[in-house]
Amino acid sequence: MNWTKVCQTSDLIAGAGVAARVQGKQLALFLVPEAEQRIFAISNWDPFGKANVLSRGIVGHLQGEWVVASPLYKQHFSLISGACLEEEIKINTWQTKIEGDSVYINMTM
Amino acid sequence: MTTLTRKQNLVVVGNGMVGHHFIESLIAQGGHNDFNVTVFGEEPHLAYDRVHLSEYFTGKGAAELAMTDGALYDENGVKYVTDCLVTGIDRASKQLTLKDGTTISYDKLVLATGSYPFVPPIPGHERDNTFVYRTLEDLDAIRECAATAKTGTVVGGGLLGLEAANALKSLGLETHVVEFAPRLMPVQLDEQGGAVLKDMIKALDVTVHTDTATKEIVDGEGAYHRMNFADGTHIETDLILFSAGIRPQDALAKQSGLEIGTRGGICVNNHCLTSDPDIYAIGECALWNDRIFGLVAPGYTMAKTAVANLLNDAATVFTGADMSTKLKLLGCDVGSIGDAHATTQGSKVFVYQDQLSNAYRKMVVSEDGKKLLGAVLVGDNSYYDTLLQYYLNAIDLPEQAQSLILPATGNAPVGLGVDALPATASICSCHNVTKQDISDAVNSGSLSLGDVKQATKASSGCGGCAALLKKCVDHELLALGVEVSTDICEHFAYTRQDLFNLVKVEGIKSFQELLDKHGKGHGCEICKPAVGSILASVWNDYVLKKEHISLQDTNDRFLANMQKDGTYSIVPRIPGGEITADKLIVLGQVAKEYNLYTKVTGGQRIDLFGATVDQLPQIWEKLIAAGFETGQAYGKSLRTVKSCVGSTWCRFGVNDSLSMAVSLENRYKGLRAPHKIKFAVSGCTRECAEAQSKDIGVIATEGGWNLYVCGNGGMKPRHGDLFAKDLDDETLVKYIDRVLMFYVKTADRLQRTSVWMENLEGGLEYLKDVVINNKLGVCDELEAQMNHVVDTFQCEWKTTLEDEAALKTFRQFVNHESADENIVFVQERDQIRPATIEEKSQLIAKAG
Ligand code: SRM
Ligand SMILES: Cc1cc2nc3c(=O)[nH]c(=O)nc-3n(C[C@H](O)[C@H](O)[C@H](O)COP(=O)(O)OP(=O)(O)OC[C@H]3O[C@@H](n4cnc5c(N)ncnc54)[C@H](O)[C@@H]3O)c2cc1C
Ligand code: SF4
Ligand code: FES
Repeated sequence: MNWTKVCQTSDLIAGAGVAARVQGKQLALFLVPEAEQRIFAISNWDPFGKANVLSRGIVGHLQGEWVVASPLYKQHFSLISGACLEEEIKINTWQTKIEGDSVYINMTM
Repeated sequence: MTTLTRKQNLVVVGNGMVGHHFIESLIAQGGHNDFNVTVFGEEPHLAYDRVHLSEYFTGKGAAELAMTDGALYDENGVKYVTDCLVTGIDRASKQLTLKDGTTISYDKLVLATGSYPFVPPIPGHERDNTFVYRTLEDLDAIRECAATAKTGTVVGGGLLGLEAANALKSLGLETHVVEFAPRLMPVQLDEQGGAVLKDMIKALDVTVHTDTATKEIVDGEGAYHRMNFADGTHIETDLILFSAGIRPQDALAKQSGLEIGTRGGICVNNHCLTSDPDIYAIGECALWNDRIFGLVAPGYTMAKTAVANLLNDAATVFTGADMSTKLKLLGCDVGSIGDAHATTQGSKVFVYQDQLSNAYRKMVVSEDGKKLLGAVLVGDNSYYDTLLQYYLNAIDLPEQAQSLILPATGNAPVGLGVDALPATASICSCHNVTKQDISDAVNSGSLSLGDVKQATKASSGCGGCAALLKKCVDHELLALGVEVSTDICEHFAYTRQDLFNLVKVEGIKSFQELLDKHGKGHGCEICKPAVGSILASVWNDYVLKKEHISLQDTNDRFLANMQKDGTYSIVPRIPGGEITADKLIVLGQVAKEYNLYTKVTGGQRIDLFGATVDQLPQIWEKLIAAGFETGQAYGKSLRTVKSCVGSTWCRFGVNDSLSMAVSLENRYKGLRAPHKIKFAVSGCTRECAEAQSKDIGVIATEGGWNLYVCGNGGMKPRHGDLFAKDLDDETLVKYIDRVLMFYVKTADRLQRTSVWMENLEGGLEYLKDVVINNKLGVCDELEAQMNHVVDTFQCEWKTTLEDEAALKTFRQFVNHESADENIVFVQERDQIRPATIEEKSQLIAKAG
């Protein structure tokens, strides 16, 4: 396991995303208080719009699945698996945990 | 051995609405494979929608009115020649002669030559600047003449004459209507109905002269013509438009010896065959049972009949058609059904008249009072659909038959439910679609209004049946157990309008509260921004407040417009497009400091592109210090109020459009709405600000301001509707307050005002009723709501700069001070632009 501390929970926005840079990679972190897992990490790269913007999408819950909608062209990506709901494409996701007030990411995939 | 039989030549003369429908039907039946088909049309265009001809004056182009661009013909091997008059038929040798003398042989011939406008032989009728109203070319000529004319006169106060009068009015002419008969629309209306209509039309500034015969037309003194009337009076007018009825175009038939009616028209039988078994006549040129049908629906039925007969289906026959009509003439509702004049032996009538609000309704019933024979409606056509169904389907009238034309009292529904209609009830008469046809379409998989329209063509003619069609489709869907869902998404089983009312009535202040009380699940990118927008319209809270921030679309969340590479553009408000040199300099300095691309927008302001998230607050700090405010180019909210310089500088300006634009922009800035809202104000009718293409358009007049509503540029342009004229400043603002708030309250999500208006039952008249006559009694509430929004305005960027928590969210990375390496610019025309993917890979390769 390779847990890296990223930030404090107070740096996150409930129900929305922020971008983080961990080991050179751009990640999108979402704090979702209603979800069992509470915090998700996916790649910030939108493979359709070809820009680092997924952290700026709207978080939603579609047919039981937590997703983010890309701010550019509105494709949905699962926050758990990274799978796109519209097309055969999958983006990276990472394990996350909260300990105390700190947010950690497991960068081994 | 098989003998090769030559394919027969089928020739159609005339490519109007009915001639075209004949070809369409022939192709639909596969008949084009059995014949070599050739069509000749005299007009330079292929068939176009003559029924909606007047819309040529209100923004529709020839291409939009066209019924085909020729593709249908080409794809199915139908030859067509436009601009080609057929001048003769030789029935013995079965040959046609064309204008240029060439001859063409036929085996079967279809005459669809329509009709021509009758011009009464008044001395002087051939003078210049006299017109008829039938073809696109006629309208072009009228428009050209109207450009320099002041007054226009229509000779003929029938249905078409009044439509033409409306056209002259919309071209800005002072308009007269001269009618020979003692009342308007003598064919469709009785005396009282005609009188009520006359009053209504007079109130619209159209001068109506009934019982007036024109003796001669001579040179005028103050205008181009002078019309001398039989009673010794006269008027002067620059333009004359004859609309004194139509005559069947039967010249070819006459010349070739086909049987003709005593008053013209090509005689046809139930198969639409003329006295020559190889020649059909259909549409307005055909005389059936001594009747000419001057409407498109019967023509279509004739076309289908002729096709059936050609393809050896003898069972399909033409047996006449219903001539009931409902129209909106110069904004006045007029309807006429069946035996409007009560000529049936023993018939009885019910009459209702309301002189206060100018309404007149008459029902003609059978002697025993059981069946409806006819009706006349003036002033309010909401009674028409029900009456027509009683009439067409011979449904027994209810006990208190008069209730069908009495104003609704209490809440007893008077209308006839779709349930009560028999399966054979005609829903769309233009395309001959019955209730059964609709049921069949739904049952074979057309599960939406749009699909049913496509499958049956219902409602694609005059459009008069749209409301009834929707009811029928909903009814059928319900019967199938299909839920007619207007839910906004899976989280709320409500429409946007429902949600708006819930928020307002229950005083709901956050998304979570609304979800807990009325929704399920956790929301999505559809309901979150929609509710965010509703909350903002009703309470006008700061959009980046903790409980609202996750609802906002990315543009709203960062108060800027995201570009393709993830950078943002910045648009400060420049009310009315007016800006000082000092402010321009600041924009230049800021752009230079942050190396931003600058461009003047289509909305008369300046856009700065290429800022990164973290730069946004810094840039705004500078802009606000220089006196700028957010332009909300990111929001579904008021965008710009475009303006011209107006009377302050312009030699033609009649009022100060710029001051008005600035004050309107300052009043409505910050109003969140279902979609963006754009305004414009022009200083005179030259309309340099293009106000008629805006959601709210204002044009200065000698008497104040004309207000236009629900215009649109963009994907589907729509001319704004003239809502009220010559308003003073205060009334103008009052009306705009009400119109906008009513839109905010009732529109669907992401529905511009134009689409909202197109879907608003009752349309413009209804909106006027709500806003001007306070029909719903909500005007005070609408104004109060708007005043709340105006009073609580805040520049969102100013608030953000003062809010530590909000500012913290404008970081590229939550844990790292670095830039997004994917944002790369190159130079073009001395400014930056985002690098293309190829450029990026080259630049990165070089750097590596
Ligand atoms: C910047 C500008 C183009 C320019 O370089 O001039 C522009 C840019 C955009 N327009 Fe526009 N429109 C701009 C004037 C217009 C105009 C002209 C006008 O306002 O007089 C129109 C037609 C008028 C109208 O809206 O009726 C116009 C009709 C649209 C439409 C089509 C709307 C429609 O109802 O059909 C869209 C798409 C939409 O809103 O769904 C659109 C959407 C957009 C978006 C938001 C597309 C997007 O999501 O990225 C663009 C981003 C704005 C930005 O700042 O990054 N833009 N757009 C203009 C900004 C005006 C301003 O000062 O705020
Ligand atoms: C302003 C206006 C509004 C109307 N509104 C309505 C309405 O609301 N509802 C309704 O039902 N009806 C309405 N009508 C009537 C409707 O347009 C007609 O009923 C319909 O167009 C008749 O079609 P048609 O094909 O028989 O004739 P047309 O459309 O007139 O077509 C006949 C064509 O044949 C051509 N032609 C004639 N002679 C020759 C020849 N010798 N060689 C070659 N070509 C020839 C003509 O140039 C013409 O193009 C309206 C008409 C007008 C003018
Ligand atoms: S609309 Fe009229 S007042 Fe305004 S600039 Fe044009 S011509 Fe001048
Ligand atoms: S009745 Fe004219 S379109 Fe249906």
